[in-house]
Amino acid sequence: MNRALAILAPIVLIAVLLAVWEGACDGLHVPVYILPPPSAVARAAVDNAPVLLQSAWNTLSMALAALVVASLAACSIALVVSLNALLEEAVRPIAVALQVTPVVAIAPLAVIWAGLDHPERAIVGLAAIVAFFPIFSGALTGLRAADPDLERLFDLYGATRAQRLWRLRLPSAAPFLLEGHKVAAGLAIVGAVVAEFVAGSGGAQGLAWRILEAANRLQTAKMFAAVLVLALMGAGLHALMQAAEREILARWRGRRR
Amino acid sequence: MIAALHSVEVDYPGRGRALGPFDLALGAGETVALIGPSGCGKSTALRLLAGLEAPTRGRVQRTPGRGETSVVFQGPTLMPWATAEANVALPLELAGTPKAEARARARQALALARLAGADQAKPAQLSGGMAMRASLARALVTRPKLLLLDEPFAALDEITRRALADDIQALWAELKPAIVFVTHNVEEAVYMAGRLVVMTPGPGRTASETAVGGPFPRPPGWRTTPEFREAAEKVSADLAAAMGQAA
Repeated sequence: MNRALAILAPIVLIAVLLAVWEGACDGLHVPVYILPPPSAVARAAVDNAPVLLQSAWNTLSMALAALVVASLAACSIALVVSLNALLEEAVRPIAVALQVTPVVAIAPLAVIWAGLDHPERAIVGLAAIVAFFPIFSGALTGLRAADPDLERLFDLYGATRAQRLWRLRLPSAAPFLLEGHKVAAGLAIVGAVVAEFVAGSGGAQGLAWRILEAANRLQTAKMFAAVLVLALMGAGLHALMQAAEREILARWRGRRR
Repeated sequence: MIAALHSVEVDYPGRGRALGPFDLALGAGETVALIGPSGCGKSTALRLLAGLEAPTRGRVQRTPGRGETSVVFQGPTLMPWATAEANVALPLELAGTPKAEARARARQALALARLAGADQAKPAQLSGGMAMRASLARALVTRPKLLLLDEPFAALDEITRRALADDIQALWAELKPAIVFVTHNVEEAVYMAGRLVVMTPGPGRTASETAVGGPFPRPPGWRTTPEFREAAEKVSADLAAAMGQAA
C-alpha cells in the first residue's frame, strides 16, 4: 500500500465522521449539553487550553511516576524470583490476584492509606499496581526465553550464575521487557485516570478531575475536550514507546525487520 | 586417547532406552562420523562426550579442562545482540581471559573461518553459511582437543554445506582437534571422517565400523574417486541392514 495513502486514510475517515457529527447536531437541533458539535468541542478546548494542558501534565507526570515505580518493582522482583523455581511458584498466585483485582476496588483503601491530603500518592500507587503486571510477566518470560542451545553452551564453558544472568538471561529478556514497558505505559495512564475518579478529590488536579468538574456543571463540550486531550496524550505516549522499542530492538539485533 | 564412552546406556523417563550399550574411543586428531536414522541416540552420544548429560549406566572419559571440548550445534546458536567478535570471544571471556586478549584471539579465529571483515556484524547481518562459520570460529577459539559437530549442515543449502565441509577440514588441518561428527547423510559422513560408525535405530548401538582411506583434508574432486564411492556404498548397505534388523 502507498505510504501517503496509509497516512491519509485515517485523516479522511476522521474528517468525514466529524462532518457527519457536526451536520447531525445542527440538523436535529440536539441540545449542546447532551451532545455538543465538534466545533463547540474545539472552542472549549481552545478556551480551556491552559487548564487542560496543566491537568494533562499532572495526569501524565503521575502516570510516568507510576511507570517508574512499577518498572523498578517488577524488574527487581522478577529478577529475584527467576533465580528460584519454588519462589516463582510462590509469587505467581499473588501476582495474578493483584492483576485480576480491579483498581477501582482497592482505590478507596489506597486513598485512606495515602491520607486525604495526598491523593496524588494514592493515584501513583494505584497506577503502579496496574502497570506492574505486564512488566513483571514480560521480565519473567524474558528471563526464561534464552535459546536452550545457548544455555548448553554456557554449561559447556562452565559459566557462573552471574555470568549466565548478565551475559545471557538479561540480554535475552530485552525484547520482552520493552514490550512489557510499552503495554504498561498505556495502562499507567488508564490507571492514573481511573484512580483519580475513584479518589474523588480535586487535590491531584488531573484530567479526570476536569472531566468530573465539567460533568457536574453540565459543560459537556469541556468534557469532550478533556477526553480529547486524554486520548491524544495516550496515543502520543504509545507512539513514543513504540518508536523507542523499534529503535532499541533494531540496535539489539543489528537489523530492522 | 582424548575421550571415550565405555558401555554407556542412557534412559529417558517416559521414552525408555535412547542409547546403548555403546562404546566409542577417540584418538588425538581422529575424525569420526556417527551416522544413523533420527532417534538413534547419536546426538545423545555427543552430549555425553560434551559432558552436558550423564549416562544412566556406563562410564564417560573426557578431558576435564575448560574449553578443551567444543560443540557446534545444528543452528549457529549465536547471541543475536552481540557482534560476531563478541560471540566468538565468549568462551574465552567466560573463562576469565582479559577482554582485549579475548577479542584479539576472536578476530584471529574469525579470520581463520574466512570472516575477517565481519567481526563487527551482528548475527542477523550474516548469511546462514557465515553464521555457521562464526559458530565454528567460536568452537575453535579455545583451541579444543575435541570438536563435536551435531549435524552442523542441517540448515544449509547444498553449495553452502559443501563449502563449510571444506572449511571444517581446513580448520582441522590448522588445529588438529579430534572431531566427532553426527549426521544422517552418508556422503557427508564419508567426506568428513576417517572412521565411520553406523548406529542402529534407537536405542542406538554400533552396527558397523568402516575406516575411510584417502587424503584428509579431502582434495578437490575427491567425491568422484572410487575410494569415496566404495566407502559410501558400503556404509549405505550397512545402514540399510541396520534399519532392516530393527524393522
